Amino acid sequence: MNSRAFRRGAAAVSAVAAGAIALAGCSGGNAPAESADPNAPIELSIATFNDFGYSDELLQEYMDEHPNVTIVHNKAATSNDARANFFQKLGNTGLADIEAIEIDWTAEMMQYADLLAPVPEELKGRWLDWKEAAATDADGNLVGYGTDIGPQAVCYRADLFEAAGLPTDREEVAGLFTTWDDLFAVGAEYTEKTGQPFLDSANSVLQGLANQLEVTYEEADGTVVATENPDVREMYDTVIEKAVPITAYPGQWSEDWFASMANGEFAAMLCPPWMHGIIAGEAPEVTGWDIADVFPGGGGNWGGSYLVVPANGENVAAAQELAAWLTSPEVQAKAFANVGAFPSQPEAYEMPEVTEATNEYFNNAPVGQINANRSEAVTVSPVKGPKYFQFHEALNQAVTRVHDGLQSPEESWDAWVTEVSAF
Amino acid sequence: MTATDATTHGEGRSSAPPSGPQAAPSASPSGAPAPRPVRVLSFSQRLSRWDLRLSPYLYISPFFILFAIVGLFPIAYTAVISFMDWDQIRRSGEFIGFDQYVWILTQPKFWIALRNTFSIFLLSSVPQLILAMFIAVMLDKHIRAKTFWRMSALLPYVVAPVAVGLIFNAMFADQSGVVNGWLGFFGIGPIPWHVEPFWSHVAIASMVNYRWTGYNALILLAAMQAIPRDYYEAATVDGAGTWRQFWSITLPSLKPTLIFVIITSTIGGLQIFDEPRMFDQFGRGGAGQQWLTITLYLYDIGWGEWNFGRAAAMAWILFLIILAIGLVNLIVTRSLVRDEGARGMRPSRAERRAALRAQKKEVAR
Repeated sequence: MNSRAFRRGAAAVSAVAAGAIALAGCSGGNAPAESADPNAPIELSIATFNDFGYSDELLQEYMDEHPNVTIVHNKAATSNDARANFFQKLGNTGLADIEAIEIDWTAEMMQYADLLAPVPEELKGRWLDWKEAAATDADGNLVGYGTDIGPQAVCYRADLFEAAGLPTDREEVAGLFTTWDDLFAVGAEYTEKTGQPFLDSANSVLQGLANQLEVTYEEADGTVVATENPDVREMYDTVIEKAVPITAYPGQWSEDWFASMANGEFAAMLCPPWMHGIIAGEAPEVTGWDIADVFPGGGGNWGGSYLVVPANGENVAAAQELAAWLTSPEVQAKAFANVGAFPSQPEAYEMPEVTEATNEYFNNAPVGQINANRSEAVTVSPVKGPKYFQFHEALNQAVTRVHDGLQSPEESWDAWVTEVSAF
Repeated sequence: MTATDATTHGEGRSSAPPSGPQAAPSASPSGAPAPRPVRVLSFSQRLSRWDLRLSPYLYISPFFILFAIVGLFPIAYTAVISFMDWDQIRRSGEFIGFDQYVWILTQPKFWIALRNTFSIFLLSSVPQLILAMFIAVMLDKHIRAKTFWRMSALLPYVVAPVAVGLIFNAMFADQSGVVNGWLGFFGIGPIPWHVEPFWSHVAIASMVNYRWTGYNALILLAAMQAIPRDYYEAATVDGAGTWRQFWSITLPSLKPTLIFVIITSTIGGLQIFDEPRMFDQFGRGGAGQQWLTITLYLYDIGWGEWNFGRAAAMAWILFLIILAIGLVNLIVTRSLVRDEGARGMRPSRAERRAALRAQKKEVAR
């Protein structure tokens, strides 16, 4: 081969490649263009996932009040898709003016809190304390506009409870489950009597326990205490000894778990408000579900979301205004009426959309009241560092290994210690 | 090379071999050819010369430019990142040498993932190739409605792998799955598809086989039809049976195609991702890493933990593994399947040695 020609060709190729790279690099550096005129027509994009209850009518209301604003709403199918998209584009371009964040990855996002526009000072105090605490950075900047929360209650099958000789009335059932020990005792009795699982999954118990601990895997200053923290070991032992024997499955969301729910195999579930829709949707044939206004050991929150405004967006000020409007108590109460996403703003709990809400599927349980009570019972705001969910996921897997009989409790714990020590 | 260049080189060489092309023609001793008249090329001549020289490169350049941007650049970029503690969001990192590689190689999960990958690869590729060969031989026979059968063989390939994953995941559910239901009829106890590593591999391999067997069968069939029918006729005349014809004619003729099929299925097998990812609700390879594959682990490190330094190191390790396996495959396939050029006529080693000895004797005499 003619080597000179080849070299020249190679140089040309690399020059083109370098040009392409330089081009790609340039596109990231556009400064946000602040429009001076507040009435200039703008387009605001908002990216959410699942269903936040922001219906087209709701968004139209805002557009009617602000004729210069056009809102484009993009919905991702799952929060995982939204997470991948968010972290791929954060600090770069391509994010929507308002992005929805799930609590599960809020801690991860907080490492990059400086890339987000903070919530205006005057809005602080609108949300529940622990809701705000989870989205506040070390300098005291609140960066997330709280949307909904997931205060947990206990859902139960009144028909199965009756068959097992347990009380069926909402108030009476609530008296059964005030502590975890009570719950496990009732569960053990039920399982012994009927031979059927009492709860759906062992990992939901782990989730409930973990959310009542202030410090689990990481301390507030970032020190990792996962393997030394006696509370974690105790939580693990409790789940292995008491929850595994009375649960049907190790984790939720598996094919078998859904099938089991549709067949009405288990008698109770720890359930945040967003689980109501899932139960009603997956098990339309099953009757007898009801909700007791109680959660073992006080309160517990599972899930919930925030809206954030990326600081390098084109219309930061307008986006902040829209995010503030969307997370106002009035609008969140409407979102609750739309899809059952329970508001994180205490003021909303007084509104008729919430106080009068009942759920027909759950024997007309007063879900608005129950959720409001449950959210006020949440006292602990757990410290969740950036690796919280990796630790927790790994512990879920440890419980699963024991549940499946792959490893003994001790082996599985040791495997967890080895795994998380490498993080 | 142009004529001028060639002359210059020729003269240089004739005068002072070691000094090479630098030796100017004027320095050549007497007896050299008379100096040629200086040729002045017009612009259009020059242009046509460049055209002749550069056009071929220009014509193939789109592929290579594209390859450089979407192939070479990411590979190099990945290599750079793999030596860093990389923050994908701030696009910055700190150089830390081989630490990421060391971290990966000391993870028990990595070795489990390697085991799983090979296990699934073997459980899928081997039965798949045998079955594909069988189907291809059957389709090569004189059967009615040929096109219908061929299209049917390819049909599963049309289904998206994720869809296959979802469907098979439901079928292989431990308690509520159809497969365990069928097995129950035969008195075979429910198989813990999502618990035991081996059974999970079988389930995942069956998804791969479902999708790829027909595809490979068609490729092999195409190669079989290119074999001249005279060979078979001659073999039949010589009294060779079907089995003998398959071993001595079909298989050797398929060698290049087999190499292709084996190498592509190796690459595919080692990069298996969709099927294990769809195998449970979390997509992380199971609580005990029962079906965690290398690519699944890579994805989890990258997009689950957002640790792109480690993920990049992992990608390079995978790249090297595939390269090594590919080479081994090539060598094994080459030596297993005899050369097509001397189909059955090539003397065995003993025969060749005997011939050589006879030759020597002849010479000695």
